[in-house]
Amino acid sequence: MYPRQFEYVAAGSIEEAVGVLAANPGAKVMSGGMSLIPMMKLRLLSPETVVDIGRVSGLDAIEDKGDYISVGALVRHGAVATSAVIGEHATALGQAASWTGDPQVRNRGTLCGALAHADLAADTPAAALALGMTMVAQGPNGTREIAASDFFVDSLMSALSPDEILVEARIPKRGGGSAYDKLGRRGGHSDYAVAGVASWVAMSDGVVTDCAIGITGVGTKPTLAVGAMEALRGQGPDGIAAAADRALEGITVLEDLYGSEAYKAHLAKVYTRRSLEQAVAAAS
Amino acid sequence: MKVSMTVNGRLVNGDVEPRTLLVHFIREELALTGTHIGCETSYCGACTVHVDGEATKSCTMLAVQAEGASITTIEGMAMGDELHPVQEGFWERHGLQCGYCTPGMIMSGAALIAANPSPTEDEIRHGIEGNLCRCTGYHNIVKSIEYAAAKARGETPPPADWEEAVV
Ligand SMILES: Cc1cc2nc3c(=O)[nH]c(=O)nc-3n(C[C@H](O)[C@H](O)[C@H](O)COP(=O)(O)OP(=O)(O)OC[C@H]3O[C@@H](n4cnc5c(N)ncnc54)[C@H](O)[C@@H]3O)c2cc1C
Ligand code: FES
Ligand code: FES
Repeated sequence: MYPRQFEYVAAGSIEEAVGVLAANPGAKVMSGGMSLIPMMKLRLLSPETVVDIGRVSGLDAIEDKGDYISVGALVRHGAVATSAVIGEHATALGQAASWTGDPQVRNRGTLCGALAHADLAADTPAAALALGMTMVAQGPNGTREIAASDFFVDSLMSALSPDEILVEARIPKRGGGSAYDKLGRRGGHSDYAVAGVASWVAMSDGVVTDCAIGITGVGTKPTLAVGAMEALRGQGPDGIAAAADRALEGITVLEDLYGSEAYKAHLAKVYTRRSLEQAVAAAS
Repeated sequence: MKVSMTVNGRLVNGDVEPRTLLVHFIREELALTGTHIGCETSYCGACTVHVDGEATKSCTMLAVQAEGASITTIEGMAMGDELHPVQEGFWERHGLQCGYCTPGMIMSGAALIAANPSPTEDEIRHGIEGNLCRCTGYHNIVKSIEYAAAKARGETPPPADWEEAVV
């Protein structure tokens, strides 16, 4: 199946790509193409211009910058999943990347592409929320930073403007422990999340001093579970179940092909509990 | 657009529309029809080839994205008359029925054992998660890849299920 005709630009730099986006309203940037090409094949999207940043050099590094970890625009899911520094400081993100799609998808799809794509059932956005990641966007007027909590605006809509490119995702090194757990559409951890929850907790003397919980798959966008976060602060591990019961505060659960509203609401609570238990164990 | 890449060791050139998918370039321009198309949705993996050594769904990549890349398709796996260990495994362990998924399965299996020479059964099952088979129920595909991994390590492959049953 062929996409509609389009003009293809292999950008040599981010500046060049931003220039093409700014000059061609409706142009789309392409990283791994793992979401863009399927949408174009199904003709859900038919941009007149595709700007491929896949050949821009110097964007595929995962670097420890001291107080944060930098993930470049072209770092693939597979590299995130196997990175030792992410495994140590951002366990939830490594797990989310390792359970994104299948080996072929992880070989080409990028973390930044998945974040920018902002699918309501994507895995890594939940980890981005829980870990308090920062997105670095580059547009015609330079770069700006966007907090993960402000980044996911709606289904398939991020806070990026059409002429901005996500050039880097930053993971703060906040200590504590984190974990991601999900039920995938194909069962186990396979495929997009029917419900997926990433948790980060900081502990002191057996008490949760701070935490963040990102939920994906159940609502209209990946969202922070603010009710559960509030409930868990100041509690010990025995407060997890009560916190998980508040996982859906402020979230409208969507029924879809994969589950009824009641089933997905149930899953959200179960996976909130499970990911919190793992994060607390990792932080203790 | 002009595009050139190496396919199975041979430098090839083409002049394609940007929307030409790599799989169409391989099948229609290069007449290498071993790479199959099984779906429209990037899920089935029948189109899997290696791009610079990595398993890739060639229906989800533009031919122009492969500019300068080195591609291996199923036709490039055997060395003359000598089958690749994964091909031999599918032959010896009946890893196929209709054969539609087989080229993609073999490419995924080969990438898997190149990265992980001693995969567990679980690792094999997850390693072929991007490839669907509507016939076999996967059991013999897993056995085929186990056979290939042993063969590639220079070991004697485990006996076939049906040989175990006779003993
Ligand atoms: C078979 C299959 C299974 C999948 N399963 C899962 C799964 O289980 N979980 C999951 O989370 N995802 C899954 N995905 C999606 C996958 O994670 C994609 O890799 C990801 O959503 C997009 O990343 P990409 O680099 O391929 O982006 P592209 O496809 O290149 O782009 C996607 C969108 O984001 C925009 N974009 C890309 N990069 C940038 C950037 N740097 N700055 C601004 N905008 C950008 C593009 O314009 C486009 O609109 C699956 C995909 C496939 C094909
Ligand atoms: S034809 Fe490429 S994944 Fe199905
Ligand atoms: S053998 Fe028929 S689809 Fe796999």
